[in-house]
Order: sequence, then C-alpha cells, then structure tokens
Amino acid sequence: MTVNTQVLNDVTAFIWQEADLLDHKGYQEWLQLWSDDGLYIVPAEFAADDNYEDTLNLALDDADMRRMRVARLEDGESVSANATGNTVRMISRVRVLEAGEDLVIARCAMTLNEMRHGKLVTYPADVEYQLQPSADGFRLARKVVRLMHADSFLRTVSFIF
Amino acid sequence: MAANQSQPVMNKESKTMSELIEMQNVSLKAAEMVEEGRVHKSLYSDPEIFEEELDKVFNNTWVYVGHESEVPEAGCYKTAWIGRQPVILSRDRKMNLHVLQNRCRHRGATVCEGRKGKTKSFTCPYHGWGYGLDGALRALPKPEEYEGVFDKKDFPLESLRVETYQGLVFATYRDDIESLEDFLGGAKKWIDLFMKQGGGYPLKVLGEHRFNFPGNWKIQLENTTDAYHFPIIHKSFVTSLDDATADIFDFLHGDGFVEDLGNGHSVMVMIPELVDLEADLDQPIPARFEKLAEELRAEGKPEDEVKKLVRAAHGTGFNLNLFPNVSCSMAFFRVLRPVSVGETEIQHVALGGEGAPAPFNRKRMRLHEHFQGPMGFGTPDDGEAWERVHKGAQSGQDGWILVNRGLNNLHESKDGNVAGAVCSETGMRGAYRQYQKMMAAGEEK
Repeated sequence: MTVNTQVLNDVTAFIWQEADLLDHKGYQEWLQLWSDDGLYIVPAEFAADDNYEDTLNLALDDADMRRMRVARLEDGESVSANATGNTVRMISRVRVLEAGEDLVIARCAMTLNEMRHGKLVTYPADVEYQLQPSADGFRLARKVVRLMHADSFLRTVSFIF
Repeated sequence: MAANQSQPVMNKESKTMSELIEMQNVSLKAAEMVEEGRVHKSLYSDPEIFEEELDKVFNNTWVYVGHESEVPEAGCYKTAWIGRQPVILSRDRKMNLHVLQNRCRHRGATVCEGRKGKTKSFTCPYHGWGYGLDGALRALPKPEEYEGVFDKKDFPLESLRVETYQGLVFATYRDDIESLEDFLGGAKKWIDLFMKQGGGYPLKVLGEHRFNFPGNWKIQLENTTDAYHFPIIHKSFVTSLDDATADIFDFLHGDGFVEDLGNGHSVMVMIPELVDLEADLDQPIPARFEKLAEELRAEGKPEDEVKKLVRAAHGTGFNLNLFPNVSCSMAFFRVLRPVSVGETEIQHVALGGEGAPAPFNRKRMRLHEHFQGPMGFGTPDDGEAWERVHKGAQSGQDGWILVNRGLNNLHESKDGNVAGAVCSETGMRGAYRQYQKMMAAGEEK
C-alpha cells in the first residue's frame, strides 16, 4: 500500500489549522474556511447514515446556522457560552479516503477536552472532512463529527466540535 | 430514614419566609419540606430523600415510557426506565403493547440492551433463557433439570400495567391506582390539542436528543413550567431569530397563563394564538415558513393544506407538564429520568407527522435542532442554570427555594382550575403538591 504523503500532509495541515482556530476561538476565521453550501454536521447517532437532512441531528448547520452559532458563542448573551472555558482537541489517525481533483475526503480521530465547572469532560469522536481544492488551499465543504457520546448522553455543548 | 423523628424540622406557625431552620442531625421528612410557596433545598440534595422518591413517586404512579410510533410494528421494542428500573416497551405479534421488567427470571441479567429495534424474542445472554415479546418464557437450554421443579408459564418477564392515551404509553407497578385517563384528568384536553401539530397526520417520533446534567430531576421538572426564565436565559436564542419570530417569543407581557390541572400536571400557555393549531388557518404565512410553503406547493399540496401544515410546523404555544417524568413541550416531548440525587438524564424527542410531506418533517427537525438538545441554542443555557441551582442547593443557611411567584394574582380558569399569570409558579406549586401527597403516603401521624 502506498500513501500519497503530499495529499496527506496538505489535508492534515488543514485539519490542524481548523482545530487550532476552534480551540483558540478564532470563530470568524473559521467561518471563512467554508464553502458557501458547506454543512457542519453532528449526527445524533454515532453510526447514522449520511441522509442527514431527513434525520434528527445534534447540529446540521448551513452557512446561516454557522454564522448564528458563532454569534451565540461570541456575543456574550449566552450564559453557557460565557461559562465555557478552553477546549483542547487532539487530532490523529488522519487517512485520506478519496483524493479527486474536485473533492478530497479524509477521516480522522479526535479527542476534545473541555474544562467545565472545574471538571474535565472528554469527547472522543470520529470526524469526516470533505474538502474542495482551490487556488488558495482547501475550502471546507462538509465536516461530520461522530461523537461516541451520541449513542449515550452528552453534556450540553457551548463550543464547536 | 432514621427512626427518630421527634425533633420538629419546621413549625409552620412560627417561621417566616426569611427565618432559618436548623437542618443538622435531623432526619428529613420530604413531605414536610414542601410548603405552598416554597420548598426546601434538601429535596434537591438529600440522597435518602432521593431513594424515597424512587419508591414513593416513581414506583407508585403512571410513568411515561414511550410513544406508540416508536414501536409501530409487531416485534418492535424500545428500552426505557421507571426511575432506576430498566423496562422494555414491546409490541407482540397481535399488536398488543407490553411493558416488561428488563430482568431475566433466572439470575437477573438484563435481556435487552438495545435502545430500540425489532426482534422475535428477548434472550438472556447468560444462560439462554428466551422470552416472547409478551414476556412469556418460551424456551431454555437443558430443560430436563427443571422438570418437576417449576413450570415455565410461572416465570415470564415481570409485566407492568400499561395504558395509553393519544399514543402516549405509560406504565405503572401499581394495579390498584386509578386508570391512566383518570390520572391525566384535566391534562387530556391539552394532550388532544398538542397532537394537532401533526398537521393532519398522526404524530410520529422522528428522533431524540439525549443529554444529562449534574443536578436533581425536580430542577428540570420545574423548568418546563417556568416562563419567567425564558427571555433572560434564552436571550441569545431570541437574538438569533428574525424580528417577527422574536416578537412571538416575547410572551411575558401577553395573555398567557399557567393552569394547575391537578395530580401534579399543569399547562403553561405562552402563545395563546397557537393553542389550537387547527384554528385561524386563514392567517398569512410567516416569512420564516415561506420556503416550507413553497416546497409543499411544489409537492402539489393545495393551499388550505399548505396553511394547515405551516401552522402545525410551529408547534403549539404551550408546555404541558405531566407529573412526574414527561412534558409535551411546544413541539417535542421532554422525558426525564432520575439517575441519582445529583444526576438527571433528559431526552428531547422530536416529533413530526406519520406520512406527512418530507419538507414538513425536515422543517420540524431543523427547528428542533435550532433550540433543543445538547447543541441547540436554548438547551445548553438551561443546563447551565440547572447546574448552578444544583450547586447552590449544597450551600447556604437559608435553605428555601421560592415557588411563590404570582400567589397574589390567582384566578379561576374556565375549567375551574387555579390559574396564574404566564410567568407565575402555579405549575411548580401543583407539581410539588402532588409530590408532597405521594411522599407523605404511609407517614400519617
């Protein structure tokens, strides 16, 4: 098996960049990563199939919903967002599943840690990225965050996975 | 509970709302921790009281276990809880519903670990005892060692009493309490109204959000009948709405009300014009539903049905709180489960129409995702407040929680019930009155 390490490096660099923006609350810059019709999806079941529109999700954000979600986190009106401390996420096991000219699909493992009211809460997840290559790097077309907690009970979330 | 109950914990004649009571080294009687306008924080924090609640409340009344649409066909099941006890809601080959204790009669292992699904039988993984969907013990390996020892027909999965109303399935361990319909009483009228949001189609469960919070179950029970908090804690949600929709949610100064429906149930009407979703169908379509209306027209729906579906897509303008564990809340079911004195699990169950046009059900799910669940724009702020209430309940000399809002402004409803303003705590008082009655059972002096 050969791995195209150039594509892998490009994808991993993008995913790390995105992770860093979210952990450091660079939400406006995060919004700019997306293509206009991109979807940020957190399914309500770990193994949900990909018919997200006809399924209840924890989040199914188009551009409007992403903008509103960011506004909620930034405008100081949400008591839970204000109480959310830092998050630290770790990304590993990046694998490129498809590397087409118009679309690159990759999958990785993520563990997000949140300090919540003095207690560490950890969310392991399997994350899928659909990336559109462009002249100035990738545009984020789809991000699907499959949380292990989705099959059980989550704590409430006032950050972006 | 300790046997020594001689020291009075409270004297109603001599204590005012601001006086302190000595709580240390006193065995608490939960029923005495409830007064008309206040309840004591020990109801949120005392592990002994919690254990007593499981027994006296959850094991002694009708508890919601699911909606019929979750087990639509023969062989369907879903697992649920009655307090701390795992149960299975199943539909047998004759389409009868059963609620079975999820516990093998041999050595006690659970016989079903799936959340929902379809099966021919429930088989214990430990020694292979197999039970039918009605709970009957059908087969077990090497039966000869039981010959003359016991008869299989005497060892079905334990079965609970089950009754339904409008598709809501409730179960109870008690064979001698009133019927479900008598228990629901004044709430039935509101359940009937709630079911109209299928838009002419039978109501159907579309999915659920599951989350937990570190706090007592009654904090959540109160919340569903608490309009006072809405514009404060949900300010960021309201900000995310268009102006017309934000106006609809600005209901504290409107004509809404809270009505005590008896048996711990209450209704909080926030948006009176959305009580009956089959009335006022000639209203213009709001801007935020114009896209849905277009999609419905594109599916060939006539304009009167488009208007009916659009109005139903809103959900109702009220929260119906059913004691002790479910509410029909605007557009969804909210189901709570007490895990421990300081932990509660909650399901926000999204609803749509069985056979309804796909754009209608999609819109219902998108609206649910917007506010509800662990990643909604509303629920996380509720969760934050509940967590803080629980934290606060561990502290302080004055241990009282106030539920006296609107006691000065009560009136009799058209149905002859006590009612108060939309932001009154009338519903909480009704729930605590039922709680007090149940917790006092067997303790008559």
